Amino acid sequence: MTTGRRGWVWLLGAAMVLAAAVVIGVMIGPAGGVSSANWNIIWNVRMPRVALAAIVGAMLSLAGASYQGVFRNPLVDPYLLGAAGGAGLGATFVIAYGRTVTSDWLVDPLPLAAFAGALVAVSITYMVGAAFGAVRSSTTLVLAGVAVASLTTAVQAFVLQRSSDGVVRAVYNWLLGSLVNASWSDVRLVLPYVIVSSAVLLAHRRHLDVLRVGDDEAATLGINVSRVRIIVVVAATVGTAAVVSVSGLITFVGIVVPHVVRMLAGGSYRRVLPISLAVGAAFLILADVPGRMLQNPAETPIGVVTAFCGAPFFIVLLRSRRSTV
Amino acid sequence: MTDLALRELTVRYGNRDAVHPLSLTVPSGGWLCLIGPNGAGKSSVMRATCGLAPHGGVIAIAGEETAAMTARERARRVAYVPQAPVLPADMTVFDYVLLGRSPFISYFGSVSAQDRVIANDILQRLDLAAFSDRMLSTLSGGESQRLVLARSIAQGAPVLLLDEPTSALDIGHQQQALELVDRMRHECGLTVVSAMHDLTLAGLYADRLALLHEGHLVAEGTPAQVLRPEILSEFYGVSVRVHYDDDGTVVVVPNRRTR
Repeated sequence: MTTGRRGWVWLLGAAMVLAAAVVIGVMIGPAGGVSSANWNIIWNVRMPRVALAAIVGAMLSLAGASYQGVFRNPLVDPYLLGAAGGAGLGATFVIAYGRTVTSDWLVDPLPLAAFAGALVAVSITYMVGAAFGAVRSSTTLVLAGVAVASLTTAVQAFVLQRSSDGVVRAVYNWLLGSLVNASWSDVRLVLPYVIVSSAVLLAHRRHLDVLRVGDDEAATLGINVSRVRIIVVVAATVGTAAVVSVSGLITFVGIVVPHVVRMLAGGSYRRVLPISLAVGAAFLILADVPGRMLQNPAETPIGVVTAFCGAPFFIVLLRSRRSTV
Repeated sequence: MTDLALRELTVRYGNRDAVHPLSLTVPSGGWLCLIGPNGAGKSSVMRATCGLAPHGGVIAIAGEETAAMTARERARRVAYVPQAPVLPADMTVFDYVLLGRSPFISYFGSVSAQDRVIANDILQRLDLAAFSDRMLSTLSGGESQRLVLARSIAQGAPVLLLDEPTSALDIGHQQQALELVDRMRHECGLTVVSAMHDLTLAGLYADRLALLHEGHLVAEGTPAQVLRPEILSEFYGVSVRVHYDDDGTVVVVPNRRTR
């Protein structure tokens, strides 16, 4: 009974942190605090950026926690099976070859290429893994992911090596992740994927708890392990690919947020998943604030901020809670 | 009647036969212990019974074939305790026992108040109530073994499979664990199948023993019928003395080769 009640306390706390982060994110920016004079900037520039940061942070944290559960490895992030490499390759192709051709297109092909690249890469990983027995063991799948990721990186390096400095710089900026050009249309574009993906993942949080005792024991407890694994991987990958397509590769969130949540609120996925969602959203909103303020009017890539702020915090937590990891 | 029947059971891994056709029945409430050297097929028989290894032949629980069951249906009938259960360090004792209720929770459902009552009741009966909020990493070997048993009892399955339940325990905790299994067998009417290496303990607790050797069933019967020096020396390649006590206890002692 006590465990259940404590879970609600943590979730409530996380929701309050998120609300505070939203307020801070909306209040602070190069154009100053909220007033009727700059309402246009607040509504069209700052608020979509806060909304997108929340969506991206929530999705990456939730997907990271789910990946960690399904692979029973706390060091895993949602890019494990090649989503990052595939998205990066798709973006690289568009930036290197497509910019002149597609400049007058109605729809920017960059997010589409990144989204497709991520899904294709993870599908290849899954097919390769399944061909070599990943149905019974997740290790094969992880190894297949490593192979696919190296392959995409190799192709990407080849393309970049033959490109101009401007292309290299643009790709590099995209890889570091950014919310600079966030608009309400970006929010509308990714929100459906994120909602469906999150709903599926949250619905499987009890299954992830059972999987903590390993594939075999989970199977004897009535869980169809390979089915749960593929559902969770597909849902987490679609959500990750969607947010990556608009934000680039923001690293670290997917590992550090679930970890912090686990250390504070315990290891049960019934708690880790919903709390990670809220904390991840808050974390990325806050990480984006120094991103737009530090080098104003220039931008500091948000991926740099997440790693720079997150890593020391993470190390301190690891030190103080050594026993639980 | 929840008896367990294996008919012409076979288990193959790739092109290696781990279990050749064997037939065994365990009556409702009975305790069958599988014995035999390492690699004889004891674990394979149990893994096939709980659905972890594909098998040929028929496995029937109370007359129902397991092959036709879903994982959930099978989990309500068979509970399995592996040799080295995975104990997540940061899971609480209570949450761990609750895992046993999984087969009764619908796909999108969550733990019910009744599941919590059942888990609490089992923790009480197994003297684990005081540990309820403890993390699994803080438990001793004996406590862990009792806890794993608690989870399998929470599963409410009439058939309990135990793969070497006492191999990591000292003699006191071995006795404690096996006494507990025996108590639960009587209280809950469980049908128990275990694999054990300690032949004396196997004979002490099980009604019947089945000796496996290279995937074949080579002897089956009461402890006194199976634990005979000539049988053990043939299949284990050991020289042993066997004492038959008046109360029916069979004691197996290896002979020292050099003295």
